[in-house]
Amino acid sequence: MSKAGILLENGEIFFANSNLSSSTVIGEIVFNTSMTGYQEILTDSSYASQIVVMTYPLIGNYGISDNFSESNKIQVSALIIKENSEINNENNADSLSNYLAKNSTLCISGVDTRKLTKIIRYNGSQNCLITTEKISKKHKKMLAEYSFPKDIVKKVSCTTVQKYKTENTKIANFALIDYGVKNSIIEILCQAGADVTVFPYNTNSEEILNKNFDAVMLSNGPGNPKDVDNSNIKNILGKIPVFGICLGMQIAALAMGADTYKLKFGHRGANHPVINTENEKVMITSQNHGFAVCSESLPSDITLTYKNINDDTIEGINNKTLHFEGVQFHPEAGPGTNDTKYIIKNWVKSVNRDMVNA
Amino acid sequence: MPKDNSIKKVIVIGSGPIIIGQAAEFDYAGTQACKALREENVQVVLLNSNPATIMTDDDIADKVYIQPLNINVLEYIIRRENPDGIIASIGGQTALNLVSEAFEKGILEKYNVKILGTSINAIQQAENREYFKKLMLEIDEPIVESNTFNDIKNALIFAKKIGFPVVIRPAYTLAGTGGGIAYNEQELNDLVYQGLNASPINQIITEKSVAGWKEIEYEVIRDGNDTAIAICNMENIDPCGIHTGDSIVVAPSQTLSDKEYQKLRTASLKIIRALKIEGGCNVQFALNPDNGDYVVIEVNPRVSRSSALASKAAGYPIAKVTAKIALGLQLHEIKNYITGKTKASFEPALDYVVVKIPKWPFDKFGYANRKLGTQMKSTGEVMAIDRSFESAFMKALVGLEESYTGFFNKKFDSIPVEEIENRLFNADDERIYIIFEAFRRKFSVDKIYKITKISKWFLHKFQNIIKLEEKLKKEKLSVKILKQAESMGFTDDKISELTGLDKKDVDILRKTHNIYPIHKFVDTCAGEFEAETPYYYSTYEDEDENIISDKKKVIVIGSGPIRIGQGIEFDYCSVHAIKAIKENYCQAIIINNNPETVSTDFDIADKLYFEPLFIEDVNNVIRQEKPDGIILQFGGQTALNLAPKLLKNDVKILGTTINSINIAEDRDKFKNLIKNLGIKQPESIAVTNIEEALDAGKKLGFPLLLRPSYVTGGRAMKIVSNDTELVEYMKEAVQISPEYPVAIDKYIEGKEFEIDMVCDKSDILIPGIIEHIERSGIHSGDSFCVYPHQTLSDKVVQKAVEYAQKIAKTLEIIGLINIQFITNSDDVYVIEVNPRASRTVPIISKVTKIPLVEIAVNVMFDKTLKSQGYGIGLLPKTNLVAVKAPVFSFQKLPETDVALNVEMKSTGEVLGIDNFYEKALTKAFISAGFNFPDKGNILISVNEKYKIETISIIQRLQKLGFDIEMYKDNSRYYENLNIKIINNKDINNIISEIKSGKLKMIFNIPEVNEKTDSFDYKIRKLIGLYPIPCFTCIDTISAYINALEFVRTNNKLDYKTIDEYIK
Repeated sequence: MSKAGILLENGEIFFANSNLSSSTVIGEIVFNTSMTGYQEILTDSSYASQIVVMTYPLIGNYGISDNFSESNKIQVSALIIKENSEINNENNADSLSNYLAKNSTLCISGVDTRKLTKIIRYNGSQNCLITTEKISKKHKKMLAEYSFPKDIVKKVSCTTVQKYKTENTKIANFALIDYGVKNSIIEILCQAGADVTVFPYNTNSEEILNKNFDAVMLSNGPGNPKDVDNSNIKNILGKIPVFGICLGMQIAALAMGADTYKLKFGHRGANHPVINTENEKVMITSQNHGFAVCSESLPSDITLTYKNINDDTIEGINNKTLHFEGVQFHPEAGPGTNDTKYIIKNWVKSVNRDMVNA
Repeated sequence: MPKDNSIKKVIVIGSGPIIIGQAAEFDYAGTQACKALREENVQVVLLNSNPATIMTDDDIADKVYIQPLNINVLEYIIRRENPDGIIASIGGQTALNLVSEAFEKGILEKYNVKILGTSINAIQQAENREYFKKLMLEIDEPIVESNTFNDIKNALIFAKKIGFPVVIRPAYTLAGTGGGIAYNEQELNDLVYQGLNASPINQIITEKSVAGWKEIEYEVIRDGNDTAIAICNMENIDPCGIHTGDSIVVAPSQTLSDKEYQKLRTASLKIIRALKIEGGCNVQFALNPDNGDYVVIEVNPRVSRSSALASKAAGYPIAKVTAKIALGLQLHEIKNYITGKTKASFEPALDYVVVKIPKWPFDKFGYANRKLGTQMKSTGEVMAIDRSFESAFMKALVGLEESYTGFFNKKFDSIPVEEIENRLFNADDERIYIIFEAFRRKFSVDKIYKITKISKWFLHKFQNIIKLEEKLKKEKLSVKILKQAESMGFTDDKISELTGLDKKDVDILRKTHNIYPIHKFVDTCAGEFEAETPYYYSTYEDEDENIISDKKKVIVIGSGPIRIGQGIEFDYCSVHAIKAIKENYCQAIIINNNPETVSTDFDIADKLYFEPLFIEDVNNVIRQEKPDGIILQFGGQTALNLAPKLLKNDVKILGTTINSINIAEDRDKFKNLIKNLGIKQPESIAVTNIEEALDAGKKLGFPLLLRPSYVTGGRAMKIVSNDTELVEYMKEAVQISPEYPVAIDKYIEGKEFEIDMVCDKSDILIPGIIEHIERSGIHSGDSFCVYPHQTLSDKVVQKAVEYAQKIAKTLEIIGLINIQFITNSDDVYVIEVNPRASRTVPIISKVTKIPLVEIAVNVMFDKTLKSQGYGIGLLPKTNLVAVKAPVFSFQKLPETDVALNVEMKSTGEVLGIDNFYEKALTKAFISAGFNFPDKGNILISVNEKYKIETISIIQRLQKLGFDIEMYKDNSRYYENLNIKIINNKDINNIISEIKSGKLKMIFNIPEVNEKTDSFDYKIRKLIGLYPIPCFTCIDTISAYINALEFVRTNNKLDYKTIDEYIK
């Protein structure tokens, strides 16, 4: 096993083991507190250009399975863990090691991930460089000059239109704008009875409005919502029901005149309590976001629907006049709880285009 | 929703005596609940029969009733106290059953008492298999094919239909009492019979076996607003088929994918919502490893042993939050007590691994059936935390305090391969060591998996440990390997043994390269938020999170897992010691590894180290903390045993010096000390062969008490009365060698009594004397006893106090000491001295209102006894009479000989309190589960020695309307005296009389040279499973008859708080 160094923006360096013999990776370092679901996290496009630290110390325990992937490849820039705790059997084709190797993904193990997590908590998410080379001025310079790619959504979005048919009785026909969509979102829509047509992130609004869709889903995705052009969304809103998840909600919020900001270290995990402001019911949600909608910035036609219990940040909004609903968390899970799946299912059942005209 | 303000006074029901399946976890839960209720300004009335609990302290509840847990008492207290509510869900199955009964009898309605938290309806839905089955079908949750039966015939028809093996479980019992897996018709017959007996509603559940599936548990909690969350999930390393209380458990689950984890979590929440439980609840699943199918095995609609484990594993106080929910509060209104910042409506994220291993009583019951199955047999458990599975596991093993340390049990290094295979399949308490041995013999993971069905992931981890063991044996110890071994949880002792290096050299290597563990926080949130509560575990990592205070500080060593002979009473002492240290303006630090206890609750000590009580782990804490002192005398023998090893660290032991402890603990030194003080003691000689034994017999004179230091067949200590018996015993029952000498004591038959006292350098304080009801020869833990003494003469008392003073002075006792005496015609003998807190400290503290532990700690802080104002010398008797009764768990331990002797067998105790001896005695019997039948048969078999004394027993019983049965020839002796005896020589007939209820009890005093094929022995090994008493000492049955006579003539009992009796 090779050695590698993790260089943080604050100058701190961690030395640990690397699965690749030669690699240098740079990205934003974030931590995730989920105790299961490493494969889903690795393949979630929202983590594109991020280096993910898993706080749970044993990763790899149950191997890799085709059903768990949220996209067709590993999306994280690198994975940092305490221990690769897979069943170490050379013939084990479905092991985490093999999966990482196939994707040429850097994985650093033997790290005091709790220490690293606390550094991120104190100092906030920051950029970080990992290299199997000896850390030198060159690397420090690289890190100093690095900035998170503004076109990250472009990199993860599909480039051509893709269609998915529901296996159940079809009750709706949806368009989905792909900012880095997770397979689970498409899956849950289809399960709920929707045919789903997935469009690239920059699809012209007319192209969607002209077709016979009941509603539009704005997907999750990586990066800063302000880096994404929202003019198409502005056009869509009010003309067709729209639902936004995570980045999708943030883009819509910006389009409706609200503001967004970067959280100190974001929310990434499967245990985040969210309260429904209407009935005061609490649900445990899966989350993965570094930005949030600013509550002071909400225009009067936007209502707060869900709030985070830990830090009071916005977890859901709706706009009745524009027929918009959105959640900051991930009702589709993958990984995480099934507590809020019903939100999507109910939405699928209840929306259609006539609502807008009524 | 804000809390329900109409609730101002609440009755909390405890779980009664410690028995297998219901242990210290309910003191932990009850104490948390009481504190939580009082935080909300609710008055707490507490009912529990177990005195060795923190929950029955007067600063935990407003009113404390140490009274029997039965419906009459509950109604009496409800009438007297007029409470607004009652909480059923924190006192185990005992409390749940009692409150259900009160509900069904209309008592709660009559007195307008509201059931707080989970409703009776919900409880019944969860516990009654039929209702439960129906509900699961309704909400589409899969369960195993099962049915309930009240008879054997239909159970058999059903079993044949679904196919063997089938599981039999009695309805409404704890810890699977009387349950098991039947592989054929004969086994089914036996299990159904046992099960019907064990079930209070005479019902058993027969279900398809899912043995070999993964067993997964979820601890979930729900509030009145229907918010429901999963606090922690746990995976049993032992697959289905072994009771979860007897399984090695890991948290969180290790081999479940997120999809599986979420699937079962979702099912748990669906179930708790469907049942409308308000509070904590445990849901158990079986998960098919081949296809991911699952079934719901069981739901416990209350806090449980698992919830205590989950609370400690995740840092989430389930019982406390349950109590708040019972008052109407909602999860998002209750704070997260560990972070202090977030709310209780979140799911803990762990960034460590937790392993729990059960502690079994087979060191005491070597002859009991050790096989593990659906009936729980362990008495306690240890928990360990670390950042890798191997090290958490190894720490837990070390924490078990077996005769060997950790994973290497030499016992198995030469057993044949066939036996390994056999014992891998037939799991018993030692299977884990067999697995290690199998890996040493190069068994493959696949092979072991095939036999055990233990998930391969765990097996790989075990294999890792053996691989490193082999490396240590073969390779030169490099710094790298040493680091690896230390962080995997190998002890220095083990490393030194495996490498052949001197321990000193290992020490030097560690010192030179700074290979020491650091400590990390348990914070419920994996570092996402700052935590306020200092709850630590050790690990080999980079960052040390330990915040070392420069305040004055003292470490208290806890008592580890609950076992026979070292139970909850020492946790009681540890908790009080912590309190007293804090009151002396000092930082109180506890080290303990028992998740069931109050002492390991995160808000008890200023700092909690969840660590094994093994010298190396304790030293790690000392190395970091550099405490001003360490206290050993409250943690039972576990803590005391550390004394000689601690000296090297130059840490100050507060209280009695190590030298004095050594004198008291060493047989010879102690003998000399007592002799030099001119105090009488039974003479004793150690022998290593039969000739020496015969010589000793001549010197000492019969009868003799024989005590082997190594027990073979379980027939450990014995009293013999002539040469023949002596030789026979030495030949048969004892393995003798110079290494294992047999101690021969002159047996002195007499009254036994004991004192607990606290001493400073110049004075002693004895709050009272506890007199045993049984004569000498029965372990003090197993005898009935009474405070204050009832029959001792002033002269005897005076002599005992004088002796106590002499011993205390000579040993320079500082703090607590327990001394046991025998008296025989005004002679007083000292038989044992324990320079530490004893089992009776909680009782004496409660019944005399003298806080022994606090006073002892104050003495250690240089406050003299005189200055503390409780008095000195022997204090006058209080108005209260308290009788302690032992409680046994024989029902859980098939084939255990129920005869009492010098070896302790009880698992718990209850206390009967009143102003009158007979009333207190009667209450003690009631609390211990005895009935007072009107008539029926009593089977009597006594040995020659007690033949005459038994006459009066028989006469008294006959006068009370009982018929006497005998099977021995000595029945003729009584018949000649014109005493009517029924001869019953057929064991099957006896058993059927027990079953039919005709036979009410058995009184058997074993023959001295009893053979294992004797009638007496057979019956005693069988009787533990049946709910009728078997007396094996004449004084116990005599006391029972006293109580019976009292009940017949005057059955008016009243039930008051301790304070009222003392007044």
